[in-house]
Amino acid sequence: MAISSTGTSAGDERPWTYYALGTLFGAFLVFLYGPMLVIYILSFQGPEGGVTFPMVGTSISWFVNIFEPGQMANIPVSFSRSIALATVISLLTVAISVAAGLAFRRPFPGSSVVFYAAVASLVMPSLLVGFGIGLGFRFLGLEPSLFTSALAAQLTWTLPFGLFAMFAVVNRFDRSWEEAASDLGASSWQRLRYVTLPILLPGILGVAMTAFTLSYDEYARTTLTIGSKNTLPLEIYALISSATSPTLFAIGTLTTAVSFLLIGVTLLLVFRTQHRRGLMRAG
Amino acid sequence: MVRRYDVELVSVTKRYGETLAVDRISLRIPRSSYCCLLGPSGCGKTSTLRMIAGHESISEGDILIGDVDVAGLPPARRGTAMMFQSYALFPHLSCLDNVAFSLKMRGVAKAERHRRAREFLDLVHMADYAARLPAQLSGGQQQRVALARALIMQPSVFLLDEPLSALDPFLRVQMRQELKRLQRELGISFIHVTHSQEEAMALADLLVVMENGHIRQSGTPREVFERPSSEFIARFIGGHNVLPWKNGMIAIRADRCTLGVVGDGPHVFGRVAVIEYQGPVVRVALTTDAGVEVAALVPDQLFYRQSVGVGDPATLSWPAEAAHELAH
Repeated sequence: MAISSTGTSAGDERPWTYYALGTLFGAFLVFLYGPMLVIYILSFQGPEGGVTFPMVGTSISWFVNIFEPGQMANIPVSFSRSIALATVISLLTVAISVAAGLAFRRPFPGSSVVFYAAVASLVMPSLLVGFGIGLGFRFLGLEPSLFTSALAAQLTWTLPFGLFAMFAVVNRFDRSWEEAASDLGASSWQRLRYVTLPILLPGILGVAMTAFTLSYDEYARTTLTIGSKNTLPLEIYALISSATSPTLFAIGTLTTAVSFLLIGVTLLLVFRTQHRRGLMRAG
Repeated sequence: MVRRYDVELVSVTKRYGETLAVDRISLRIPRSSYCCLLGPSGCGKTSTLRMIAGHESISEGDILIGDVDVAGLPPARRGTAMMFQSYALFPHLSCLDNVAFSLKMRGVAKAERHRRAREFLDLVHMADYAARLPAQLSGGQQQRVALARALIMQPSVFLLDEPLSALDPFLRVQMRQELKRLQRELGISFIHVTHSQEEAMALADLLVVMENGHIRQSGTPREVFERPSSEFIARFIGGHNVLPWKNGMIAIRADRCTLGVVGDGPHVFGRVAVIEYQGPVVRVALTTDAGVEVAALVPDQLFYRQSVGVGDPATLSWPAEAAHELAH
């Protein structure tokens, strides 16, 4: 008893650093989410209002504005382009980084060179990567477009991330699961299908989601490789430099909502897979 | 002719790069026997087991399982099944599906494989837990499921890698009995890797003591305990005093030694260093005048009749025929 009471009193009195660091963290959160919050609020600005406070009533007219023909006409089509590109990027990133993550479990001759070559593009200036790919296409006489040059440029960004994430996932993978599968008569294909991939599935979904969101808001690499048809971030950037109205805020709110929806759906999927596994067997 | 051995190793060697993990070992495991590979960590016992299982390639030599040379055969075609130290139960599958896994791989229909899996869960008293995921089971229960999953393969040789090391001492003794019972009932050979001499002595028909990639001694537990072939064996198997005597080393079982009576028999003088009460016996450790650590296991009644204390001078004596000369 004596020990536990001492423990409690020691826990009650926190050092001053706790409060100092806590305040710092609070300030950081305000810095991180404050501006975004302002944008979300201002996107509901009344029809007569401007791009700053105060709010002149509330409305959803700026959201409606996005879908009306006129200046914003390119937003829906560039949105669908972004979604299509992000989907393809996500699938490719998963396929390549899962295979690479599994391959890197065993060191092979030159494995560290291959590894550094693969992740080097993370530290390369992103504009230069895009610029180089754009130049290369022009040099070869190819037309830059969404699913060629832009796709490749974005992969230089998502693949290293996918690879790092898979390293973390594969690290927790017990080799003896695979040995047990072989021991129980699984062919190497069956082993992958029924043991390795299902066990890695939550991590794989995480990689897919990360790659999707990285692609969805990529700007620097895409801008020099996209050709004439913009993705959503490029379209928004063009709008910011040409016009300012709360419609921009409405676009911001909408795209953020899409991101959160995706993350939410993915997490739900992960939890449901786990949960159903538990329940289905119980039934 | 009826085959005499379930497993034969002929000059089996395992190299990892420059290091020699297993050095030309030969071993014959008679039919339906419980064989324990015993040794300190890094002695090559696990490598040996994994070579038999087919999870490790053989650098040199041959392994025969049921008179078939298994080099190049995949694990599932060797007639072996293995239980892993970590159990390696598939975390995403229920106990039932874990046990049914090998049948599924062979294309057995769902209803049939579930029926058979239930039989094997029954065998290890885990039928009530069929629907659970491995994470929802205790260590002992996980082990039973792993056991059922391996045994449903109907192996002719069952391989166990440190199967009891993750269990608490009470459960360990209970599972030990169960393993022995299963081995007897199934009539197949078990090869059990362990670093616990107590476990190996309790279970083995054939005890194989390994050190440094070599088999140092093999025989029944009684042979090994009564006649350890070397100083290493005598020390590793435990329960022996090893001391220099005349021109060589001798081993004397600690339970054959007595305290305090200086007769005509062989004896050494020393001081009491440690006294441990162990229930039926009291272990009295002495440091001899020459600085050697020895001990006597004194029956408790005897000890409390003529009690000694730490630091007291004492004499350790033994009947001459209890001393066993060690080859160097």
